[in-house]
Amino acid sequence: MNDEARQKNPIEHLLRMDRIPHIWCPGCGIGTVVTSFAEALRKSNIELDKIAVVSGIGCTGRVAGYIKLDSFHTTHGRAIPFATGLKLANPELKVVVFSGDGDIFGIGGNHFIHAARRNMDLTVICVNNFNYAMTGGQVAATTPTDANASTAPYGNFEQPFSIPYLADAAGASYVARWTALHLRRVTKSIQEGMDKNGFSLIEVITPCVTLYARRNRLGDGLNLLKYYYDKSEIKHGADTRDLDISYQGKLIVGKFIDRERPNFIDAMNQHMSTVLGDDYELYGRINND
Amino acid sequence: MNQKIYFGELKATKGEIHIIRDRCKGCGFCVEYCPKDVLALSDEFNIKGYHPPFVENEDNCVYCQLCENICPEFAIFVTKKEEEDVEKG
Amino acid sequence: MKKVKADPKGVLTGAHYLDGDFALAEGALAAGCRFFGGYPITPSTETAERFSERIPRVGGIFIQMEDELGSIASLIGAVWGGKKAMTVTSGPGFSLMMENIGLACMMETPLVIANVQRGGPSTGLPTLTGQQDMMQAKFGSHGDYEIIALSPDSPQECFDLTIEAFNLSETYRVPTFIMTDECVGHMHEKVVIPPADEIELVERKWYTGPKEAYLPYKPDKDLVPFMIKAGDGYRFHTTGLTHDERGYPVINAECQKVNVTNIIEKIRKNADKIIKIEEDQIDGAEVVLISYGITSRVAVRAVRLAREAGIKVGTMRLITVWPFPEKRIKELAPKIKAFIIPEVNYGQMVREVERSAAGKTQVFGVPHCGGWVHNPEDILNVIKEAVK
Ligand SMILES: Cc1ncc(C[n+]2csc(CCOP(=O)(O)OP(=O)(O)O)c2C)c(N)n1
Ligand code: SF4
Ligand code: SF4
Ligand code: SF4
Ligand SMILES: [Mg+2]
Repeated sequence: MNDEARQKNPIEHLLRMDRIPHIWCPGCGIGTVVTSFAEALRKSNIELDKIAVVSGIGCTGRVAGYIKLDSFHTTHGRAIPFATGLKLANPELKVVVFSGDGDIFGIGGNHFIHAARRNMDLTVICVNNFNYAMTGGQVAATTPTDANASTAPYGNFEQPFSIPYLADAAGASYVARWTALHLRRVTKSIQEGMDKNGFSLIEVITPCVTLYARRNRLGDGLNLLKYYYDKSEIKHGADTRDLDISYQGKLIVGKFIDRERPNFIDAMNQHMSTVLGDDYELYGRINND
Repeated sequence: MNQKIYFGELKATKGEIHIIRDRCKGCGFCVEYCPKDVLALSDEFNIKGYHPPFVENEDNCVYCQLCENICPEFAIFVTKKEEEDVEKG
Repeated sequence: MKKVKADPKGVLTGAHYLDGDFALAEGALAAGCRFFGGYPITPSTETAERFSERIPRVGGIFIQMEDELGSIASLIGAVWGGKKAMTVTSGPGFSLMMENIGLACMMETPLVIANVQRGGPSTGLPTLTGQQDMMQAKFGSHGDYEIIALSPDSPQECFDLTIEAFNLSETYRVPTFIMTDECVGHMHEKVVIPPADEIELVERKWYTGPKEAYLPYKPDKDLVPFMIKAGDGYRFHTTGLTHDERGYPVINAECQKVNVTNIIEKIRKNADKIIKIEEDQIDGAEVVLISYGITSRVAVRAVRLAREAGIKVGTMRLITVWPFPEKRIKELAPKIKAFIIPEVNYGQMVREVERSAAGKTQVFGVPHCGGWVHNPEDILNVIKEAVK
């Protein structure tokens, strides 16, 4: 017991151990989501050398820097278009975007809806901590109405995005929402998302203990982890119009969307070969024989 | 195919818990969510000044790996314990 | 630097009648560009249209992104995915790209951006010419960095310099700009595209050593690190944060010094190799007219008139605008009465000339607010005044 020397945590080979400890606060849930992601990588049949991780900027944006795969820490909001270029240039890659709610749905919202519309073959893992944590807990496009934030000191009067509803409307192939404490379900959804041949989104409601929890008097990381879990109700296949999150209200979680639709490359190949015939060489066909 | 026939007493899988004390930030997630109350936070400080968990009663551990999967610091994990001659018969 | 011949697939060998915008696309395809991510904007849109038609037939990707923020980000991703990539834009789109141009510099990502300049500021003159983004090309993103920028004066040069831009960008792992303008972009002229085996390309500086020893940001002798692409098993990291040789963020002044110095020095120390200028009748000249892009062609007439009037005018055409040929200017300054710099802006590159001449001679700008090119008479008048 306690013999650190003899044994290693089985996910260590997936982490840049030379950079651990990470920067996240004690009790922050991001690390737990990373553990769930690492579990998904362990269980996945996809060759690890062919998986790339792209993050934007933020506390969550730091994930790319800790995952020992080809990993890109880009600019605020631009992880999805960066990933789009990466995927299109090298279609044999499985590209995972791992970033925060502000990054993906605030500054990067436009890219999100277009990547979903195109059914770009990307797996997006969004840590929703209901605020811009890295910069000190400002109000975000996901902050529930009435919640407090450093730039909404009198409470937020705007209506937040419902991420799954947005993803569904924009055309995503796979949409799920969990809380960070749904460890194995998060892992499973990430696996399913990665296996999906199109755009998948996994929203993970995650405690930001230092900022969101403190400002809203929601206790420590442990309290918040539990709180979100207790407020959650699993409803697979729920109508995405019913997934709004209110301050201290119920959190509907589950797998909401899982559908088949040609992804960008497949649609392009199909269309171009119909129109151009022999003038067109199928793009990105991986020779598996 | 891979069936094993146990003649003696059937034993539940047991875990051996490994804690990388100096990597822990004392969040208490593992302690709280261990279904078998195997863990407790110690009074001692680790190198970073946090209270890491210690194993209070390892015999209760059922190798569910929840502690391992919940830890945001990659600081705790469990290995399957060698089972003592289960196949007695 | 490894040189290879162009892939004939992308080379439209022969004599064509093309506008500058189309020639940019053909140059890129000849240079092996197989990824285009862009957003329509006058007067550059024809380039995107040409790509959308041509690239699917040569095994590449065209994607019209949702905006220019996305275009440039997709390019950087595509390059790390192993492709050569290009986009094209004009003022407003160029402004939107600025943040990620810094990312490309920091990640040392080779890519090519053409700016078919129009009059600004803001939406300005969408359909009319300008040369007002010259300083933005160099300083538009925040922080200290160096880039390379070329300025073609004809459709033929749009073709030639796009190939050159790819070669420079791969050699130095740096974003390279083609700073053209509406006049050149929309001008139709004969463009001769040579056979593929006469087009020499610089191959990406691929790393070939042992995997374990790879350090993504360890400068080689020429200060340029070796490159790899995603999916090859290196499991590398790269970031826009200040980083060490491993590509890991290090937030302190020491690392900043090493990191930023390197991305600057790899260009500054190689400036002599990069810079291309074209000179005429410099020896014994009283004044030297410096110009670039469309203005060089307008200046031809002014120079001829001045020479007919007995003034000894030398000319210098900047093919490379950044890095700026400051050494050459410094050398010439004490030997002549004045430099004259007409440009379709209110005085941008003229500042570089002033800086390089450092008071050793007079410097006259010939500003123009954009929307049209200079009247040669206006340039002639300044030449006459300079020799007075
Ligand atoms: C263009 C730009 N604007 C603003 C910032 C400052 N900034 C850094 S992180 C961040 C918010 C991140 O929020 P989120 O994506 O939710 O990540 P979190 O920190 O909450 O995990 C902001 C506004 C920036 N880096 N770049
Ligand atoms: S500020 Fe919030 S989100 Fe960021 S590391 Fe701390 S707890 Fe996590
Ligand atoms: S494996 Fe399960 S039972 Fe054993 S210590 Fe961990 S959480 Fe408790
Ligand atoms: S979950 Fe990890 S970090 Fe938290 S107390 Fe347990 S071992 Fe320490
Ligand atoms: Mg956030």
